[in-house]
Amino acid sequence: MSTLTAAAPRDSVRPVRRRITAGRLILHAFLITMVVVWLFPLFWAIYSSLRPIADTINHGYVSLPASLGFDNYVTVWQQADMPHFYLNTFVIVVPGVILALTLASMVAFCCSQFSWRFNLLVLMLFTGGNLLPPQVIIIPLYWIYRLTQIPNLALIDFGSFSIPLFSDNGLLYDQYIGIILIHVVFQTGFATFVLSNYMKTINKEITESALVDGANIFRIWRSVMLPLCRPALAAVATLLFTFMYNDFFWALLLLKSGDKRPITSALNNLQGEFFVNYNLVAAGAMLAAIPPLVVFIALQKHFVAGLTLGSTKG
Amino acid sequence: MANRANASTTPAPAGAAGAGELVVTRQRRRYSRLTRIDKRLMVLMVGIPLALDLILIWGPTVASILLSFTNWSGIGPLTPANVVGLKNYQTLFFSYLFFWPAVKHNVIWLAFFTFISTPIGMFFAVLLDRELRGGRIYQSIFFMPVVLSLVVVGFIWELQYAPNDGFINNFFGLVKSHHIVDWLGDPNINLYSVLIAASWRQVGYIMVLYLAGLKSVDLALREAAKVDGANEVQTFFRVVLPVMAPINVVVVVITAIESLRAFDIAYIVNRGKNGLELLSTLITNNSLSEASLVGFGSAIAVVLLVVSLVPIMLFLSRVMRTLQ
Repeated sequence: MSTLTAAAPRDSVRPVRRRITAGRLILHAFLITMVVVWLFPLFWAIYSSLRPIADTINHGYVSLPASLGFDNYVTVWQQADMPHFYLNTFVIVVPGVILALTLASMVAFCCSQFSWRFNLLVLMLFTGGNLLPPQVIIIPLYWIYRLTQIPNLALIDFGSFSIPLFSDNGLLYDQYIGIILIHVVFQTGFATFVLSNYMKTINKEITESALVDGANIFRIWRSVMLPLCRPALAAVATLLFTFMYNDFFWALLLLKSGDKRPITSALNNLQGEFFVNYNLVAAGAMLAAIPPLVVFIALQKHFVAGLTLGSTKG
Repeated sequence: MANRANASTTPAPAGAAGAGELVVTRQRRRYSRLTRIDKRLMVLMVGIPLALDLILIWGPTVASILLSFTNWSGIGPLTPANVVGLKNYQTLFFSYLFFWPAVKHNVIWLAFFTFISTPIGMFFAVLLDRELRGGRIYQSIFFMPVVLSLVVVGFIWELQYAPNDGFINNFFGLVKSHHIVDWLGDPNINLYSVLIAASWRQVGYIMVLYLAGLKSVDLALREAAKVDGANEVQTFFRVVLPVMAPINVVVVVITAIESLRAFDIAYIVNRGKNGLELLSTLITNNSLSEASLVGFGSAIAVVLLVVSLVPIMLFLSRVMRTLQ
């Protein structure tokens, strides 16, 4: 670590090792302190969410609990109609991720395995579009959504929950399909960028020999490229799920009906009217946080891989 | 498309002339093999997503610029009579009370992310980029807030910041002694409270980017520096950091873009008012949620666009270079 050890590495092996151990201890102590700092806000939210408000009022906020339980969760789940908002999110995110992956993998395939006049320009349009702040386009987008006519062909009912195909007010505005559409288009930019980075590393001879064998490029995309890209697709799917699940902006401005809102923006709506105390706020926030946390814990590898692919090779 | 082969001769990969030539001849052969059906399929596979991207992203971008020269309110048709030239910009720069504070807040946001969140993230990455028992666990914990929605992050921090019911004021006895600090309500400090919450998430993001960057730094390079007598700090700043230049660009771009996009937390706290004005919240407040000043809001959007183009161009020129 010092000039001395570097100059005489062999003689100083033992002292170095001892010093490293001491250094390691300090390092771990520091990291553990930081971990405590990092986890505290989340711990506090979980703690508050498990504590009945009466107990908090009796003993004060910073105190040991007399009782803990899931009462706040039950209250939020039932009275704020959480299952409905989870379903809204589901209806938006599942088609959103699938469509964005499909479109992006096609563009990435055509742009990375073949070179034609505008392939770089196309990649730049997609990548640049994804980097724009959404607020730059929201005003015209809002009016496009208000003015575009969309037919309603059917209504799919699941008990009290119904999904219009495609629009129950004849517009793109205030519809699941509108939110899905903007998610797909916006995130196709990101996914195209990441997937084309990945596809660049795939030997072009594979595509070529498939062409020689007489497969058309759609078939090559479907049966050769997609299976080869499975790791990248998994990584991007994980990220897209999180991006779409966590979205607040599009749903806030392009949806009006409270009962169509996905869970994150519904949470904001509940803030004023339903969350009468902070322990309920905590339970609501935790309920919204659980799906992405579960995905993260289960698929952490993909998560990091996706972000890394999007950065190191760019 | 027939003259494609010509253009593809130019991007010979640097330092590998031989390999480059090989690729070129191969491409030439391949192109003669794309049938008419293939070419049509390709037009569809690229064309549909591209059309959507142009209609819903780039079209509105141009529309924002055009609308910024009008005084359209969203009611009635848009006619030539609505064109007002630069009047919206004049109002924005010289008489709109909230514009310059919002610019200042965005700049503070950027500075905070650049000089506080990014160095912390980088520091964590450097600490974790070694064989360390439990390194994975530390990494996961620092990264965990990144997966949470900013709405959830906002709520979690409201539980810390709330004047009477929050952790901070209760823990430090400020509630009992009636010295309540309104962390999110006081316009002098609420921006910084929000920035701490936003950094809780940003740091993990930056850390992961730098961890990836550090992994790509050749170990031999560090060993060489060590042999030459450099200590760890010197090695990092003089050897590792310069080698990580590509990652640094990505981090700079991400930091800038995230600072310009900042919206969710400020909106959750107080709809972006009273100390939390940002360009992004001014756009929606003026044109969509509270008033319907389409032209005026578009002028703010254009300012945001122009500023955003700096990091976007930086990033794209980088991508361009590596793709060629």
